[in-house]
Formats: sequence, structure tokens, C-alpha cells
Amino acid sequence: MQSLKRTATAALALCASLSVAGGALAGNYGTPVTEADVAAWDIDISTPTGEGLPEGQGTVAEGAKIFAEKCVACHGENAAGGDMYGSMVGGIGSMTEPKRKLTPGSMYPYASILFDYMRRTMPMTEPQSLTNNEVYALSAYIYSLNGLVPAEATVSAETLKAIKMPNRDGFMVDDRPDVVSTRCMNNCPPLEPILKK
Amino acid sequence: MTHLVHPVSKGICSQYDADRLESEQRRTFLRNSALFTGAALTASAFSAAPASAAKLAVSQSNKEMGREIEPEAYGMPSKFESHVKRRRTDVLKNKQHWSDWSMTPIHQQPGIVTPNGLFYERHHAGTPDINPDEHALVIHGMVKQPLKFSMNDLMRYRAVSNFNFMECSGNTLTDWQQAKATTVQQSHGLLSCAQWTGVPVSTLLDEAGLDPAAKWVLFEGADGSAHARSVPIEKCMTDTVLAYAMNGEMLRPENGYPLRAFMPGWEGNVCVKWLRRIKVSDKPWHLRSETARYTDPMPDGKWRQFSMIMECKSVITRPSGGMMLQGPGTYEIEGFAWSGNGSVKAVDVTTDGGVTWHQADLEGPVLDRCLTRFRHTWEWKGGPAKIASRAVDSTNYVQPTVADIAKQRFTSGFVQHHNGIFPWSVSENGEVKNAIA
Ligand code: HEC
Repeated sequence: MQSLKRTATAALALCASLSVAGGALAGNYGTPVTEADVAAWDIDISTPTGEGLPEGQGTVAEGAKIFAEKCVACHGENAAGGDMYGSMVGGIGSMTEPKRKLTPGSMYPYASILFDYMRRTMPMTEPQSLTNNEVYALSAYIYSLNGLVPAEATVSAETLKAIKMPNRDGFMVDDRPDVVSTRCMNNCPPLEPILKK
Repeated sequence: MTHLVHPVSKGICSQYDADRLESEQRRTFLRNSALFTGAALTASAFSAAPASAAKLAVSQSNKEMGREIEPEAYGMPSKFESHVKRRRTDVLKNKQHWSDWSMTPIHQQPGIVTPNGLFYERHHAGTPDINPDEHALVIHGMVKQPLKFSMNDLMRYRAVSNFNFMECSGNTLTDWQQAKATTVQQSHGLLSCAQWTGVPVSTLLDEAGLDPAAKWVLFEGADGSAHARSVPIEKCMTDTVLAYAMNGEMLRPENGYPLRAFMPGWEGNVCVKWLRRIKVSDKPWHLRSETARYTDPMPDGKWRQFSMIMECKSVITRPSGGMMLQGPGTYEIEGFAWSGNGSVKAVDVTTDGGVTWHQADLEGPVLDRCLTRFRHTWEWKGGPAKIASRAVDSTNYVQPTVADIAKQRFTSGFVQHHNGIFPWSVSENGEVKNAIA
């Protein structure tokens, strides 16, 4: 941080000498780059449209093989839960039950979320090491375990865009404040737990 | 052994700020720890001398030279304060500790500022060690000119510094329907407060030139999770800061060194750490971090999304869970209040389980979207009691009870945004316990 410190001092001196009434002169210190320069970092997918999904494809069988090599230690056989994380299978239909089960199949409103997340984060021990084809294959495998694509499926950008996820319409935007309380000072109802004994 | 916790607390002079019950030894220590008031001073388990008019001896520290000044050093807290630590939760145990969290001992924080070494943590793939000379931030997408900034570039802009709290959307989530946490560190420790210094992101977005159709902005980290969130453009253009410093020093690695986003009043999760990329769009991304996680379950199987504001909340930190009152007498009740929608206007305290409330004193400074301390003097007569605080913010929003929240939202499972009134029970023998259920 030696270099940062020097710049800070220099910047201070600059502000002191150049500042005018109403604020410092605004400097432009960014370096222009092109979208091509940023390509390796540009990994986000606009998941409702699938915009940003790359070329490539993968099958359920390929995904199962990669999963057995790189994921099973933490996620367990058939992604049913392992040493580091719970199950990634099932839960569809559980949203209206007392215990909701959250998995990529039950929870994600758009299929591309799985691609975006695995490409940026998994395997946890070596993130951003998977090829796009591998990420498609793993998407195929995990969605087939969740019954959302057939066992013989090949998954690509087009397939992901076409999957209608069960929780597609499960979301509402923030509408808080939703709880309106009054500031009672005397003879107020006593504090009660949510579940009364 | 004396742990004076707050300079203005009158007469509290023993190890009152007990933390977690982590071992049998610790429990014994806690039992022996006591809260004393000037009026009801009795012998402490730790006082060597009897409480009655003992002659004061000149202490050893008066009779010798202290430690000399080292040529250079980073100062550390007193060895007698080594029990003050941030801790991983052991209420909701994660199976691994890379995507995990640690909690601030807010009951041991006397002022509004959380020391950097105690600031709570939440990472999704552990803490990276990033060399600032190699770090770069890119702004691209719907802008006239995509730009890259080195840390040195960013340090050249006019900076702002503001005191603001930061709270995890998951703070208190173990304690909706059941009393799971023992201490306030476990129930409310995903909360900290700092003075944040950095560049308003609007300065940089203006330099890049926003497309008039720009509506949402992606913030992405350079850590192993490449954690990312979509943020509305309005938040970016009003008060979002790209912070490189907190509390007068560069960010700690676990808090995003060398650069992070900071959005006053919003959940910590959007304040992306190790920030390396900002992308502008006309729509949100709906990533896992804003659909499958960090959303709130609602009735009828629904989920509330993009609920980033942390609504008004407060909690009593002393006395709080795991502490012990040492007999009837006068006690100083104190705690924190805060609101992501403005400043704290008032805090009320009840000692009879919510039937009667008394307006507490606010301790200055009272700042916008910042931790605010409150105090209330209580005469404990010795019977069972239930104490709680309730905050009101500058929008006149009144902190709700959990029962009122449960009328609007679904509260079983992994539920975020708990800002309910949080009661502690005091038993006849002075034991303080979580009384949310
Ligand atoms: C070292 C352990 C580890 C390995 C190896 C690992 N994961 Fe993970 N995975 C995790 C953890 C922990 C999480 C939860 C992270 C979080 O929520 O922040 C997770 C989360 C996920 C999720 C999100 C699940 C959901 O319900 O939203 C997916 C999908 C996933 N992993 C896929 C994979 C795949 C595919 C691989 C192999 C290429 C893999 N993981 C390898 C530990 C691991």
C-alpha cells in the first residue's frame, strides 16, 4: 500500500491547490477499455432472458461423470446431500408446505441461474475452472435429477431458455413497510411469541 | 479483575459483559460475574479484599516503568480484553466455514463504532488476500465508455466519509419461533458500524457516461464466489460508496480489501466485497443470490425479492442473554437502535413484558442510518421480569413485534429481515435469557 499512500498525499496536495469555490475540479482518472478487453471477466447471465449464455452444450451422462469427479465429495451421491452441503434435489411443490425445501429445481425461477452460479462459484475448491461445456453438462445432470429435463437430454443455451421452472411465478417485489405498529405506552398487550404455548 | 465497559455507566465495575457460555469454566465465571451498582455494592467473587473499608495499597503499576515504546507496531487491545472476540455462530452450524459468518460481540461494544477486528463477517468462499497494486475495477455495459480503474486511480477522486451501520439480512434469523440464541452476540451480532471512506460510485458512473435507459447495476466480487448482486440505479446515484477504508484505516481483508461497495441502510449482502466489476443494464439479473437466497418467504408459497432495506430495529445489549443480575437494585439498561430508512427518533423500554413502555435516553451522536445507543435506568425489585426495547425512526415507523410480522410474512425456516422486538427474561435469581418464545 506504499504506492496508495503516496498517491493519497499527492491527491490531497492537488485538491488543496486546485480546489475552487463549490468543490474540487472533477478529474477523470479511468482508463478506457473495450468490451473485448473485459471478455474474460464478463461472466454474468441475465437469467430471465438467458442473455450472456455462451456457446456450447453438454449431456446428462457427461454431467454425471464430472459430478462424480469434482462435486460428489461435498454434495453427495446423486446430489442428495454430502459433507459440505445439503440436498440439491427435490422440493418441487413444497413452497406451500410448512417446511419449504430449497433446491435449484424447486427454487430457481429461471433455469440459467444454475449455469451462472456454477460457472462463477463451483467447484468451491476450484472456482472458474469448468469449461462452458462442462457447466452445460452439470446443468443437464442437476436438472435431470430434479425431473426438469429427460435423462437423455443435451443441454445448451436454447434448452436452458426453454425450461419453464416450477417457481417461475413465485416472486413478488419488495412492498415493505408491510407491518404497521403503533407506539403504545401504557396498558399495552403483552409481548407474545409467534407460536403461543 | 475489573472490566470497565462504559465510561458513563455509573458504578458498573465488574465483568458484566459476559459473552458466550462456551465452557464449564466460562459458565462458572459467568455465575460469579456480577453487575454492581453504586448503591448495592457487595463483594465480588473476584475481589481479593473484603468490601468493607479496606485500606488501598499502592499498585505495582505505580511503582515500576511500563513497557517502552516500540520503534513501530500495530497496537493491540489489552490482554485482559482477550475474551472480546467475534465468533462463528454455533446456533446454526454450517457444514464448512468458507461460506459462513462470524458475529460481532455487540454487548461488549461501548460506543457506536465497531473496531475493525470485531466487524462481523459473511463470505461465500472465504477471504482472499488481494494485492492492491494488481487489483482493478471495471465499469462496463450500458455506458458510453467502459473504464478501468487501478486502486491508485480511485484514491485520486474526492472521497466521502460517513458513519453507517451494516447489518446482514440474516441477523436474528435463528430466533423467530424458538429461542435458539443464548447471547445477543448470537442473536444480533451480524451487525456492526463503521466510518466508511471511499468514492461515490456516481462519480465513476458519470465519468463512464450512463446510457439513458440504464436502470440496474451489477456489483461483482473478485473472491472465489465472484459474489454478485443487482442494484437499482437510483441507489447508485444517491449514496452508494466504493469504500477502500473503514474507521481510519484501509479495509481489512475480511471486509473487502482493497475495495468494496457500501450502500447505507441496505443489507450487507449487496455491499459486495473485493469489488472488481460493475456492469450497467436496463434490468436486474435475478441471480441465485437474489432469488434462491436473500429473499423472504411470504404466505401462499411466495417469496419477496430485492428487499434490501434493513428496517428499524433495536435490542437491549445489557443486560442480555447469558448475563446475571446480582440482586435487586438499580441497573442501567442499554442497547442499540438503528434504521436503514433514516435516523432513530426514539427508543422505548419495557420491563414488564410490553404492558408499560418508558422512553429511553438516546446517547449522541444520533446519525442517519447509524447505530444509536440508548439508556434507561431500571429499579429491579427482584422478581421475574421481561425487558425489551422498541425503536421508532425518523419516518415514524415503529419497530414491530414478531407476532405482528408473522401476520404478514411466513416465519418458519431460513427467514431473513427479522427486525422484531426482542425480549429478554430476568429470572428471580437474576439470570437473563432469550425470551423470544
Ligand atoms: C468443497 C466443497 C464443494 C465442492 C467440491 C463443490 N461444492 Fe457446490 N456447494 C458447496 C457449498 C458449501 C455450497 C453453498 C454455498 C453458498 O450457499 O454460499 C454449494 C452450492 C452449490 C450449488 C447451489 C445449490 C442451491 O441449492 O442453490 C450448486 C448448484 C453447486 N454447489 C454445484 C456444484 C457442482 C456442480 C460442483 C462440482 C463441479 C460443486 N458444487 C462442487 C460446496 C462444494
